[in-house]
Amino acid sequence: MSVNTFKEDEAVQQSLRLSVIKRLLGYLRNYKKSVFFALILMIIAVSVNIINPYFIKIGIDEFIETGNTQGLLFLGGIMLGVNIISMIASKKRIMIMGRTSNKVLMEIREALFNHIQNLSFSFFDSRPVGKILARITTDVNALTNFFTDSVTVVIPDLITLIAISGIMFWMSVQLALAAFITLPILMGGLILIESTFRKKWQIFRKKNSNLNAYIHEDYSGIRVVQSFARERHTSRTFHGLGTELNQSFIGAIKFADGFWSMVVLSWGFGTAIVFWVGVRLIDSGTITIGVLVAFMGYITMFWRPVINLTNFYNVTVSNMTSAERIFEILDTPPDIKNRRDAKELPPIQGKVTFENVSFSYDREERVLDNISFTVKQGETIALVGHTGAGKTTIINLLSRFYDVTDGVVKIDGHDINGVTLDSLRSQMAIMMQDTFLFSGTVKENIKYGKPDAADEEIIQAAVAVNAHNFIMGLEKGYDTEINERGSKLSIGQRQLLALSRAVLNDPKILILDEATSSIDTETEMLVQEGIHALLKDRTSFVIAHRLSTIRNADRIMVIHDGKILETGSHQELLENQSMYYKLFTAQYQFLKA
Amino acid sequence: MKRIVTYMKKYKMLFIIPTISMFFLIGLDMINPVITGIIIDDVIVDGEFHRLTGLLLLLIAITLGRAVFGYIREYLFDFAGIQVGLDLRKDLFDHIQSLPFEYFDKTNTGEIMSRTTRDVDNVWEVVGFVAGFFLEQVFYVIAATTMMFFINWQLALICTLVFPLLGYLAVKMDRKMGTAYEEISDQDAKLNTKAQENIAGIRLVKSLNRENLEKKKFRRENKKLYKLNVKRNNILGDFHPKIEFLSYFSTILVILLGGIFVINDQMTIGSLVAFNSFVGMLVWPMRFLGWLTNSLSRCNASLKKIFMIMDEVPKIKSPENPVSPEKRQGAVAFQNVTFQYGEDKILRNIHLQIKPGSTVAIMGATGSGKTSLANLIPRFYDATEGQILVDGVDVRDQDLQALRKSISVVMQDTFLFSDTLLENIKFGSEEASAEEVKQAMKDARVYDFIQEMPNGLDTVIGERGVGLSGGQKQRISIARALLKKSPILIFDDATSALDMETEYQIQKALNKRKNTTKIIVAHRISAVKDADEIIILQEGDILEKGNHHQLINQKGYYFNLYKNQLGDVTLLNKEVI
Repeated sequence: MSVNTFKEDEAVQQSLRLSVIKRLLGYLRNYKKSVFFALILMIIAVSVNIINPYFIKIGIDEFIETGNTQGLLFLGGIMLGVNIISMIASKKRIMIMGRTSNKVLMEIREALFNHIQNLSFSFFDSRPVGKILARITTDVNALTNFFTDSVTVVIPDLITLIAISGIMFWMSVQLALAAFITLPILMGGLILIESTFRKKWQIFRKKNSNLNAYIHEDYSGIRVVQSFARERHTSRTFHGLGTELNQSFIGAIKFADGFWSMVVLSWGFGTAIVFWVGVRLIDSGTITIGVLVAFMGYITMFWRPVINLTNFYNVTVSNMTSAERIFEILDTPPDIKNRRDAKELPPIQGKVTFENVSFSYDREERVLDNISFTVKQGETIALVGHTGAGKTTIINLLSRFYDVTDGVVKIDGHDINGVTLDSLRSQMAIMMQDTFLFSGTVKENIKYGKPDAADEEIIQAAVAVNAHNFIMGLEKGYDTEINERGSKLSIGQRQLLALSRAVLNDPKILILDEATSSIDTETEMLVQEGIHALLKDRTSFVIAHRLSTIRNADRIMVIHDGKILETGSHQELLENQSMYYKLFTAQYQFLKA
Repeated sequence: MKRIVTYMKKYKMLFIIPTISMFFLIGLDMINPVITGIIIDDVIVDGEFHRLTGLLLLLIAITLGRAVFGYIREYLFDFAGIQVGLDLRKDLFDHIQSLPFEYFDKTNTGEIMSRTTRDVDNVWEVVGFVAGFFLEQVFYVIAATTMMFFINWQLALICTLVFPLLGYLAVKMDRKMGTAYEEISDQDAKLNTKAQENIAGIRLVKSLNRENLEKKKFRRENKKLYKLNVKRNNILGDFHPKIEFLSYFSTILVILLGGIFVINDQMTIGSLVAFNSFVGMLVWPMRFLGWLTNSLSRCNASLKKIFMIMDEVPKIKSPENPVSPEKRQGAVAFQNVTFQYGEDKILRNIHLQIKPGSTVAIMGATGSGKTSLANLIPRFYDATEGQILVDGVDVRDQDLQALRKSISVVMQDTFLFSDTLLENIKFGSEEASAEEVKQAMKDARVYDFIQEMPNGLDTVIGERGVGLSGGQKQRISIARALLKKSPILIFDDATSALDMETEYQIQKALNKRKNTTKIIVAHRISAVKDADEIIILQEGDILEKGNHHQLINQKGYYFNLYKNQLGDVTLLNKEVI
């Protein structure tokens, strides 16, 4: 299973995978023109940058040494003009690349979100919300600089490096060779530092992800933490994870910080050598003073791109992990999707048939074992059985949240695997164990499944399930704001809202999965009345523990260990004197004083 | 910004030492161009070749010094930065943990999450890297400018003319960037919340076929974030090139005017070259100005958000001189308690005496105040009027941790951690023995199904316990509460997802705990009928009070409820029973 606790480190890629980079850069394909334009602007700015020291050389050699003030002023004018052009080019480039890279990020985030919408329940079963969420937020954000930098750092820096080396060799081969003599030593050192650093940095990233997962859980479960008075303990765990994070950071940074010193050393020794050789070359008349001065400028300019490129490589390697995690989700095919030849399910009557249906979540243990039954249109079926017997699974198969392992589920004779998910689910309403409300107003929550519903319809639905009264008692009635998981409302109230939501959808098949477990009996009876009226022309499945809910059903199915043990009306099953009878009489005892 | 300095003070030495190293570093840097100047003027132009070796050795010595001081500076700043980051994050974490339920009722997890992660990261980056870097750039500018004035004050004066202009641009950019970052941070939190809600509620989304609506909603927020990011980027695009241009402008000035000085023999070429090196040193700090401003603005925006949470007063906390009851035996008393939440009065003038070891059941319609009543005992909320006594002492006078340790609550909304089942059950009682864990599991009726799990107690379950049924989750949270063995046990509708038989079994186990006060909020008669006292709440008032027989005889609300629930059984099937 891919379930992760905060203690577990997630697997991280050790090396740079070209395929991932290629795929990422593929997103820029739609913006070829922008990227191309930005590159040209970039080249303009870089050229000006490179040419500036050369201007100084000309200034010293041609004009200052010869005392040509006019020429010098002319040169100054050219430099000014060229730098103004560079300024305009920079501005344009920053804007274009900013727009492009943010657009690409937006596209990736949206593609990811949209893809997640299409994934099936099994995907969500094995992953905590926090870790999926991290893909959309943290992982996408980690790519923020990749697109900008790959265009505006890598390419211009490579150009700069090549151009500078070229110019240096052109000005004086001997001096250039002298300047580069320290290069191999530096490169060796960099590679050594780099590889150690990268490994340590990845440890740091993992620790960071662990800490974040822990914080997320703590905040989500804060009520439990406080009620168990565990704040000191969680604070200690937090501190432990935080300290681990710090240590891993320091372990990594120990190497990375040596990087700068390496560059300083190479630069210093390089300069000394250039002077050593340069003085002799000037003495022999091979080069001018101007050349030596310009060389000094170029050497300084040479190291900057080297540092930038190494940084980019570092950041990219650690961020590729994020990219891989994003692609991992994008590449997860939705188990449940429309078949290529899927047809629209025509408006249904509501006849449901299970034919030899088996189901297993993990392909080992069978949750349902060869189940067959038929439910007539408009019938109300109660599913009874112990927790974990397979009641909820039957319902999940009917709404195709999972696909059957064996057998066929049919509605009005149509195999549900052969119809589109949209047409199937839009004709049923499911109320689940776990009531979920979105942050928004009461009204928005009720009309969630039917956004174009008129206010009267909404009120009608609420009245039908007796939610209207409590809603009117809220601060702003239907316009009261509720937040995440409906914290301000009691569970019973949340369930009433969810019921209104289901009713508003006017489904042909209605499924209530312990939907009323936390509503008090009095209210539930009122709700039942409402539902009862609604159930008239609808097929419905009800899972409940309360007898009042069960006995009103047309038929009761007792599920045990993945099989249907018995079926019949309340009366028939009691006469059977089997499992239902036992469950029932036991309950009677619990009630009897 | 000031408040972050308090955090930095703790690591004074870790900031002072690298700052001193930085001074040495800059000092050494200042010598470099001087040597270059001497080499050109004395060695090359005047031909004093014998001095070259000495000068170059000096250059190498300076390089070595720079490498060492540079390392110290980087390493210690990083070290101090992450320590400050951890301290700040921990304080924020602890503070958030100390906030009352009321705060979490109105705050989304996604928001406090991004404050504790991203915003602290932004601050840490500035403290550990940017601040030192900024200081360094400032010193560079000061040192380089001083050197320039020594070489040629007229030229230096002209060069510094661009400074005020640069400062103006930086301040203006900071202001714009600050607003932009705040907007982005807010929108980020919004998008986070949107995505989190969607994923947490994905089953609902799918069952109602609303994927397309969700995609549209997300696209809208995503687009807003995009627009804000472009806006921020455009501010950068607006200012950065201007700042860069100004830095080059000073180079051009030097060559032009310096060249004229040299031509007029007011300056040597060597000093012009040296002067130019110093101007070169100014170029980088100026070019970084845009980037630095950017980071500082972002850090400032983050700090504002962080301290907004830090300034939230934890209304419910331990008193300075806590009073502890003589004996913790589980007596609870409500004296004239009124509880108001928002504008609604949830409970009105409640009087209640609960004896140690007794069982009290609370019933009532949805929204009648049952949960609120239960929540007042462990001080999840504070009563608006009146007082609640646990073992004779007002809960507000007791040490909060000690009070809560003496109460086990099973809440309506089950929350399990993504951890092993064992860790989940032992949450709150780490020292429990294997035998005790086993007993708690048996009492909560989870023992059997856990045995059947592939890894038994070591099975890792997901956040919010996905992968388990509602009933299984409830039973695990019951086991967790039972293991805690506190004198008071509160079941807040904790058995709603269980079938009656399991509920009955659990109740039997509960009844064995003679020394535990049991407060049970429930809907089913079966769950409450054996209680010593049953309390019926209606819109915040106590409607009926008494044991099963008394209430049946009263022929009121409870009697009707009983008739209804039992009626299911008797009226229809007399012959069977």
